[in-house]
Amino acid sequence: MTETMSPDAEALLEITLRVNGVVYTARAPARRLLSDFLRHELRLTGTHVGCEHGVCGACTVLADGSPIRSCLMFALTAQDYAITTVEGLAQPVERVEGTRDSDGMDDPDDPDGTGNSGGMGLRADHGTVDNGTADKGAGTGRFTMSPVQQAFIECHGLQCGFCTPGFLTAVTAYLLENPDPTETEAREAISGNLCRCTGYQNVVRSVLRAAEIARERGTGR
Amino acid sequence: VKPSVFVHHAPRSVGEALAVLAEHGHDAKVLAGGQSLIPIMNMRLASPGHLLDINRVVGLDTVEVTSEAVRIGALVRHTQLERHVEAFAALPLLRRALVNVAHPVIRNRGTTVGSLAHADPSGEMPSVLALTNGQVDVASARGTRTVEAADFFLGPLESCLEEDEMATGASFRRFPGGTGMAFAESARRRGDYALAGVAAAVTVVDAVITAARVSFVSVTPTPDVLDLGDLLAGVGLQDADWAKAARLASEHVDPESDIHASAAYRRMLVGVLTARVLAEAVADASARALGEAAAIDAADALAQGA
Repeated sequence: MTETMSPDAEALLEITLRVNGVVYTARAPARRLLSDFLRHELRLTGTHVGCEHGVCGACTVLADGSPIRSCLMFALTAQDYAITTVEGLAQPVERVEGTRDSDGMDDPDDPDGTGNSGGMGLRADHGTVDNGTADKGAGTGRFTMSPVQQAFIECHGLQCGFCTPGFLTAVTAYLLENPDPTETEAREAISGNLCRCTGYQNVVRSVLRAAEIARERGTGR
Repeated sequence: VKPSVFVHHAPRSVGEALAVLAEHGHDAKVLAGGQSLIPIMNMRLASPGHLLDINRVVGLDTVEVTSEAVRIGALVRHTQLERHVEAFAALPLLRRALVNVAHPVIRNRGTTVGSLAHADPSGEMPSVLALTNGQVDVASARGTRTVEAADFFLGPLESCLEEDEMATGASFRRFPGGTGMAFAESARRRGDYALAGVAAAVTVVDAVITAARVSFVSVTPTPDVLDLGDLLAGVGLQDADWAKAARLASEHVDPESDIHASAAYRRMLVGVLTARVLAEAVADASARALGEAAAIDAADALAQGA
């Protein structure tokens, strides 16, 4: 059915969003951008807002596993996708150390339909540490960095960190599609994200290192 | 900056969408991928009172490849078309142009038909639609019509769509056998709007050019096509005068100066890119001919074996 609301009253709509495997409901006007909905209504401030016209890449999140600009999607539209933000990249400790499936899939059921394997740290079935909702998989509340996060730490792929959430999400999705990029491909992969600090050299190294770490972990080392 | 207030409509069918447009079309925008519309709304360059979000409309996300054309629905994302194997085999120009559309993350969301309806002369796909003599499928509560590419673009950011109409799909017509295709553009940074871009289709039969056409990005008010047939048709591949063709293209375009580049520089770029894509298109025609010959040989071998 067609949904309508009065523009005069700036009516609030109930918006239900699945983020990092957790279902949230909050009220917001129709014009609320996904980026602002995540930050203001859901208090998931890991997603950063830079240019608000799709150029800088800082607000990149994953929709059904595919990277998109959260400043260029309305929260209302986002209801039809499983959203992964930077908060959803880290992996619960026991999943990494003990219970990894031999095929590297975190969750064979894949309830979110994201179709993402766990090798790159995409969790479809767990919430964030601090959301206070039931979180069966993260009993200890301890998380370990995903391969991409770990690589950015090791290679100094960030300085001020403003652009980092966008790089981490975009690179995570990219490496799932292309697990063994060349340096040229790594550069192309990050061409849609701006960084004013690093000069990109260490970001490129981070992408290549992340691929290495994912391979190391994937072989059950 | 944030968009101004609007009424959000999320129809489930084309019929419902057209009903909304019939009532509110004068103050409505259609939202598909939103990779051009939402920035414009964020910057308050547009503040439609009604937003018609067609992302839930079923049946608009298919790519169909026929012997005549590649037809796409209004919700086909650039990435989907770019990776479509049959579409690439039928019309390689699509992928070659699409990889120049902004960044991969933008292409994941942006739709090709939306980019046509946006009618930005800096858009790659309007230029490709023009070169392929494509068509746009248009619908309103009053009925449907099919508009030829040459009639669809009226001016910068202006299409022939009426207030109550929406583009439901588009067809890129396939070229005759022996046609090679190429696309090239030059931008300040990867993914930026092109300073200039050129698409080319050259048909070669027995090492003789029979047709050659180019279309442009960012240097003409609408994506028009320059037919180089007078210069190149009937010319053997060895004798083709790319430099003369490049000069014709430079003279044909009508670029504007802005902060990114002067008109003269863009005109020069058009010449350089035209010579480049014509040569690439010829090479592509040869490669495709070889590929087809190999495929025919393989089929013959199979037939003989059977």
